[in-house]
Parts: sequence; C-alpha cells; structure tokens
Amino acid sequence: MQFGLSESQEFLKDSARKFFAGECPSAEMRRLMETDTAYDAALWSKLTHQGYTGIIFPEEYGGVGLGKVELMLLMEEAGRALLPGPFFSTVVLAGSVLDAVATPAHKKQYLGPICHGEVRATVAILEASASWNPRDVQLTTTNGKLTGEKFFVSDADIADFLIVVARDGVFVVHSKARGLKISPMVGMDLTRKLYVVEFSDTPAEEIGSKSNLARAFDVATAALSAELVGGMQRTLDIAVEYAKTRKQFGKPIGMFQAVQHQCADMYLETESSRSAVYYAGWALEENSPDAATAVSIAKMYASDAARTVGNRGIQIHGGMGFTWENDLHLYYRRAKASETAFGDATFHRERIASMVINSASTTAKSA
Amino acid sequence: MDLNLTAEESAFRDELRAWLASNVPKDWDEWREKPMEESFPYLRAWQKRLQEGCWAAVSWPKEYGGRSATLMQQALFWEEMARVEAPPMANSLGLGLIGPTIIAYGTEAQKKRYIPKILSAEEIWCQGFSEPNAGSDLAGLQTEARLEDDHYIVNGQKVWTSYGWVGDWCELVVRTDVSAAKHKGLTVLLVDMKSPGVEVRPLRQMTGESEFNELFFRDVRVPVENILGKVNDGWNVAVSTLMYERGSYGARLHLIFKRYFTRLIELARTIQRNGRPASEDPVIRQKLAQCSAEIEIMRFNQMRAFSRITATGVPGPEGSIQKIFWSELNQRLQQIAQEILGSYGQLTAGDSHAIDKGQWSYAYLRTRGNTIEAGTSEVQRNIIGHFVLGLPRSY
Repeated sequence: MQFGLSESQEFLKDSARKFFAGECPSAEMRRLMETDTAYDAALWSKLTHQGYTGIIFPEEYGGVGLGKVELMLLMEEAGRALLPGPFFSTVVLAGSVLDAVATPAHKKQYLGPICHGEVRATVAILEASASWNPRDVQLTTTNGKLTGEKFFVSDADIADFLIVVARDGVFVVHSKARGLKISPMVGMDLTRKLYVVEFSDTPAEEIGSKSNLARAFDVATAALSAELVGGMQRTLDIAVEYAKTRKQFGKPIGMFQAVQHQCADMYLETESSRSAVYYAGWALEENSPDAATAVSIAKMYASDAARTVGNRGIQIHGGMGFTWENDLHLYYRRAKASETAFGDATFHRERIASMVINSASTTAKSA
Repeated sequence: MDLNLTAEESAFRDELRAWLASNVPKDWDEWREKPMEESFPYLRAWQKRLQEGCWAAVSWPKEYGGRSATLMQQALFWEEMARVEAPPMANSLGLGLIGPTIIAYGTEAQKKRYIPKILSAEEIWCQGFSEPNAGSDLAGLQTEARLEDDHYIVNGQKVWTSYGWVGDWCELVVRTDVSAAKHKGLTVLLVDMKSPGVEVRPLRQMTGESEFNELFFRDVRVPVENILGKVNDGWNVAVSTLMYERGSYGARLHLIFKRYFTRLIELARTIQRNGRPASEDPVIRQKLAQCSAEIEIMRFNQMRAFSRITATGVPGPEGSIQKIFWSELNQRLQQIAQEILGSYGQLTAGDSHAIDKGQWSYAYLRTRGNTIEAGTSEVQRNIIGHFVLGLPRSY
C-alpha cells in the first residue's frame, strides 16, 4: 500500500507548478481577470502543448490517457496559481461529460478538438432554482429544440459549444446556434466568469443519456476540490510568509501563539483536504465502490476548509488582508464560488448521510 | 499511489487473521467492564499468547522477538486487532514505547536483561515523565538524582503515570545536573519499582476511576548501570520515547471510532426526535455525515503519513496533525452521541436505564483528556507552527 505519489506523479505535479508559476504568475492572473472572458489564446496553446487539455482522455481522441490522481495533481497546481479562464469548464467538465456519455462518433467530433486545444466548451446544468439535485432540471427539448434558460454557466461566452443537461438527455448547442443568448452574471470570482444562457427554439444535438452523468460530475467535483486544495496551499504559504516578516510589538507576529495556531489550523485543514482529494482521485480511478462517497467527503471537507483557511489567512494579514492589492481575496472569491459549485458542504453531507446511514445496518450485521 | 495491499502485506494480514481466528479469547466481553486490577492477569495471559505466536511486538526487529514489520504492516496489525475486538496487551507501554527506546539506546546487557520480560509481560513498565510542575514544559522537571559512589539517590514526584500501580519497572527522567541548561541536565534511569522509597498513589480522574498514578521517590537508590543512554543526554532519550507515543497511536483508532459510529447510527434509528427516528432528522444527519467523513479523513491522513515515512525514512509533516485531528474528532463524536441520546446520555454504568452500560457518558467525559494527554493540542500546534511551518518559536 502506498498513499504517496509515484515518481511520475511527483514529476507531473512539479512540472505543472513550474509551468503555472512561469506562464501565469499573479500579475498575469490579475491582467486576465480584468478582461471579459479571462481567456488568453497564447496561454491556451501552451496548456495544450503541455498535454493538459487531454490529460485524462483516451489517446484515440488525442488525449494523454493519464489517471484521475494525475488530474487531481494538475488541478491542485492550477488552483495554486488561480489559473483564470475556461480550463475547468472545457477540459474537466465538458471533457468528462463527453467521455462519460457520448458515443465514439461524438467523442471524435467534440472531445477530440478539446484534447487538441482547438475549442473551448462548457456544461450548462443549473437553472433558476440553483439546485444541484439532478431531478430539479426542468429544461426539455421539443422536436430537437431547446427553449428556456440555464444559470451559473461558467465560461459560456468563450465556449465554442455548450453541453446542455436537459430532462430528456444531454445535448450539444453550438455557440452560433439560432436563438442562443448569453449574458454575464456578475459573480464574486473574477477569474471564472458566469453567465445566463437563454435558448429560444435553439437546435440541440443529442449526444447521450443522463445515466452516466453522475460519474462525470464526480470527476469534476473531485477536480474542483483539488483546485481548492491548491488555493488553500497558496493562501497558507502567503500567510506564513507574512507572519514571519510582519513585525508588531517588536516581534514577528508569527511568534504570537494566537497567530501561530491559526497557521497550524490552516495547515491541518489544507493537508486533510489534500488527503481526501487524493483518495477520491484514486477511488475514481479504481472504480472503487466507495468512489461517490469519497468524492462527497472531499468536496464537503474542502468546501468548508477553503473558506476557513481564507478567513484565517485574511485575519492574519490584518489591514493588509483587507486590501485589493493583496491576492488573498482573489483566492477567497474563488473558494466561495467553488464552495457552492457541484453542491456545498451541506449538500454533500446529506449525500454522505444517505449513503452511510442507509448502509450502516448491513455493515453492522456483517462486522 | 496505490492503495491495494502488496503481496507481502496480504500475506502478513492473512497469517495474522488465521492466527487470531484460533487464538483470540472468546470471553473478553465478560472481562471488559471489570476494573483493571481484576482483569490484569487475563491481559498478561493474552500478551503471553501473542508473544508465543510472535505477535506481541510486530514493529520490533526480528532479533528482539518482533517481526520487523513495516509501518503499513503495523497499521494492518492494529486494524485486525480492532476488527476482532481483541483485548489490549498488559504491557502496552513496555511494548509500544519503552522497549523500542531500550532497543535504541540500551547496552547489550540492558537489552538482554529487560527486553524478553517486556515481551512476555513478566515485567510491566511505566513511565515517569510528567511532574506537577512540568507538563507541557517537560524539560523543566525537578526530580533530582544525586550520584553517590555507584548509585544515584533519587528524590521527587511524578504524575500521570499509567500502569504505576502494577509497574515493575519505570523509565524515569531525572535531573542529574542542576547547573546545566534545562534540556541538558537530564538523564533517563531504569528504576525498579520495588526499590525502598518508591510510593505509588492512585490519581482519581474526572471520570471517577484511576487510570493514572502519582509516584513519589524518597532517597531511592538506583545503580549507575541502570542509566539508559548517556548521562545528561536524557532529553534525547525521552523525546524518542515521545515520538513512539505520538506515532503509534493513530493507527488503531480508525476502526475503534468506526465501531462507535456504527453503533451510534443504530441508536439514531431507534431514538425518536420530533416524531421520527433521529436518523431522519436533517440536523442530526448533517452532524453524523460530518463525523463519518472526518473518521475517513483521519485514516487517509494516517496512510499518507505512513507512506511518507516509508519513502523518506523520516516522519513527514502530515504526522503532526494526527494527534490534533483524532483527539478533537473523538470529542465531537461523543458530543454528537450525547445529542442523539438526549437525557439518556448522562446515565452512567450501574443505572438500569443506561444505554450500552453507560459507555457513552463515560466516553463523553474521558475524551476531555484526549486533547491533553500525549501532548496538548496547544503544544501540537506549537510543533506545527515552529517545526513544520518554520515560524519563530513562541515560548
């Protein structure tokens, strides 16, 4: 048993960290977040060149064929750099949905270009109810056409196509399609833009049924949790550095236990989130029977921890933590947006409860 | 990353399972609730049996009667022991902490003299570390040992000593140089508890029982050959014992917590809240789910820590969070249990209406000790702050 990274996994993580530090330092991240879509074509082509756009997808579609643990590591490093733009929407979310539900022909048509870095895409899931319960999806096609709206669709304006989750299946809508209207929702997270997407007799191509969607969402949820871990790590690093250098009463503030213990708790929360995320990645890769529970554990814990780590990091900085120029609030904003995406901690606790409490009677008898 | 067992790990587990199936006592339930004074001969016999099967100290080197087990195998060992609800071993401090310290620092003569009897539970060991004025600040201890010819004369007081009442030997930290800086004047002595001048008193704790003792030393004579390690190098010897203490604990807790949790869910199904079973109450469900998730995360953290040590040879930073994590989780777990049990939660052993013989009220009180014993949560956070994150020392 080895709950540590293999040499090649360490290599991937290390090179991803260096890549993001070089190509997307804080100044570049801030430049992109001020643009309409936070998308940069040159950065995208570099991501593609690294193989990141095809990381977990089969080689026959142009992917790299790595596992879910590797995806977690990449997303952790992307999260550490607060990578702006549609990487999560395109690769992790749209890519996983296509991988899980589409026929080989559709994969060739839609997943291939994602792997090759030729397109941007996203998945439209939520509606006005903002419910992550799949049963609350109302939108339905009529004669192959959609009419209605989707909310909180990430990176829709830069997407070449949108994957739409409807009551009666999963559909692709092209960005130039008739009756499609995309308007921004002004969210807290400046690095990942959100939109309302309206359909009016918009042609939609069915690519698969909803039956395998849960699996794709589990991958996306775990990856989003991994991204939170990277953000927590960066927040911790910034806070510890500040606690070592900022002096009050003639001493570095990190010498005071009130500050030092906050840092220790940030560390505990970050490492525990990381353990949960790595386990979820492994369970997904192995198709372990507890994979869905493991994903909920990771998302539940990381959602709460990212907020708490952010709270502590800002508090440790005192007045500096409240300024716009300090990066902490940018991570804090992302953490809030990701906390609710794919279900917040409360949502996942209920999911865990339904899995754990309902199976406990059989476990107790067999133990 | 590969969480499947290796062939070696599976073989180790299968051998242990087979052995336990035919050797684990079937009547532990009848003894479990009795005071330790009564059950102690039973626990000694159980340890002797484990020793005969070569299972008493799997982490020890083979030459000393262990199995040179890897950390993963040690984790499997404690998991299997918990799974079959095996009784604890009588000499748990000797096996877990003091034996390894003697193996690391002892002379050949000391190893030969003490190690076999630790394994067989013929001689029970206790630890004389904490003092009334030296808890978290252990290096400030005052028990003094004065050299007179070939003996040390020991005077002082120790506290929070587990197994003091039954201890044959004590790993005692004493001050041998009062003029040296506080860490530098300490020495570890191996003290025969039957020596004249040693007095053992029970220390009654907030649960009502006496798990621990106070030890008093009045002009106790200890021969110089009973020094463990070097004179005035006792701090390093003592710290190495404490490392074993913090390292080995977490592995056995996962299944113990899980068993509590499973029982709690059973209770939550039968106890009514607002006209429905507590297990259907959304607030209770949230709390149970949080607890269940944290029990799993505790295990993931542990596995990561073990893997790190196995790969690098040194404990990684993950290890330092384990003590905080399990102790605080155990307190939360017992708090949720109290919420589910409601008024019944307060009933103690001996009350005819008590649920599960009052174990929940006992555990509720006992878990307050978890964030204090084996290094308080505050000390653990200092360790993370200074040694892991590199913040300046706060004390």
